[in-house]
Amino acid sequence: MIDINFILIFIIAAALVAINTKDLLSSVVAVGAAGLGLCVAFLALKAPDLAITQLVVEILCLMILIRATIRNDLPLSISGRWVLNTIVALAFLAVFLWAGYQVLQRIPAFGDPLMETSSFYITHTMEKVHATNLVSAINLNFRAYDTLGEATILFAAAIGVMVIMRKKGHKKIEDKDEDIKL
Amino acid sequence: MYTYFLCFILFSVGLFSILRMRNIIKIIIGIIICEYAINLFFILVGYKMNGRSPIFSSTDEITRMVDPLPQALAMTSIVISLATTAILVALALRIYEKYGTFDVTKIRDLRG
Amino acid sequence: MKTSNSDSGQGMSLVVKTTTRAMIGVILLYGIYIVLHGHISPGGGFAGGFIIALAYVLFLLAFGKEESLKKFPKPLITLLESLGAIIFLVIALLGFIGGYFFFNWLPKGTKFQLLSAGTIPITNIALALLEVSLGIFGIFLVLVLLKYDPEKPGHAGKKED
Repeated sequence: MIDINFILIFIIAAALVAINTKDLLSSVVAVGAAGLGLCVAFLALKAPDLAITQLVVEILCLMILIRATIRNDLPLSISGRWVLNTIVALAFLAVFLWAGYQVLQRIPAFGDPLMETSSFYITHTMEKVHATNLVSAINLNFRAYDTLGEATILFAAAIGVMVIMRKKGHKKIEDKDEDIKL
Repeated sequence: MYTYFLCFILFSVGLFSILRMRNIIKIIIGIIICEYAINLFFILVGYKMNGRSPIFSSTDEITRMVDPLPQALAMTSIVISLATTAILVALALRIYEKYGTFDVTKIRDLRG
Repeated sequence: MKTSNSDSGQGMSLVVKTTTRAMIGVILLYGIYIVLHGHISPGGGFAGGFIIALAYVLFLLAFGKEESLKKFPKPLITLLESLGAIIFLVIALLGFIGGYFFFNWLPKGTKFQLLSAGTIPITNIALALLEVSLGIFGIFLVLVLLKYDPEKPGHAGKKED
């Protein structure tokens, strides 16, 4: 479809802007634009659950990233063997894209998926689960182990952030009220 | 087929940012762009031409639905990317507080 | 550029505070609607949970951290978050009644009703209202509460034990 190609070109342009600006706040805004383009692409590909989730997660990601934009960006490192490093990186990317092109000629064409497992899910949801939202039924009924694992990951992230930001062992004299006692 | 190739180009933009950037925040932005490309590729594989979204309606037509299985997997992946970003930013803030800079070429000496 | 945006002891201006007071109820209601209708229309537990977390974060940003910590004290947040995970696991273990782990053991009603589809609505509530939203709020709270001074060149490397 032509619309999806246009949306993809917009996302690539936003990503290129994000990694090339010197101001960190502008690159965070460009990442937000790329995420919004991705949300529109999910809507064009008929996935409404994913569009809602991607939009909200994008907003939270931007909030967390803005916390870290304190200084401006440093330019591309021009010390040492920077020409060789950049050429090696570009050569690696060229090999990766060539290998991807060879693989893409062997998978089914765009718009014609195989759907072997999904035909079982589509025909048997109504008599087993009585739910109308197929994605929720798959996530919480047929494949509920993965949801349990995802809840564990959210827990681990919360605990990890609390452990990293703890101020145990650093006693600064001027601000004592910021010790996060857990 | 060109849609898939554009998705690979988006992934390689993120990969170049991880490899060659000097600021830690730019590396984190590269990781986020890689994750966007992967989720998009999942949904692109499971798209059916002129299909409809996988929600049943009152009128019983269950033919021509897009593939619901990659959508369920990609939903998990989007939430995981938020958890990864949170921990990476927390690490970057700690590195800044200890070394005073975000430059990856200057934080090599082991201290403390 | 402002170096530490977590110094909002008093919050933002009066315009922002009044708008927030009007909007928080609407955002919470929308989030709860998406969670409860997770098995009928698109959305589900995770999307609704993040929207409720955004309502909490809006309250924290607009009113400052002292007021926010008065309304949501930290022990309460951790207690409710763990309670959500425990309810999810208990419902999964109770599936042994029907035969195997995670079996859908509640009666499934007719389509398009709010009480159909067995254990899926209860799982949605336990996952979204209690675990996801408070987990994300916990992450955001910890990331915002840290105060540090970035313009001290002599501090780096000095560690007092």
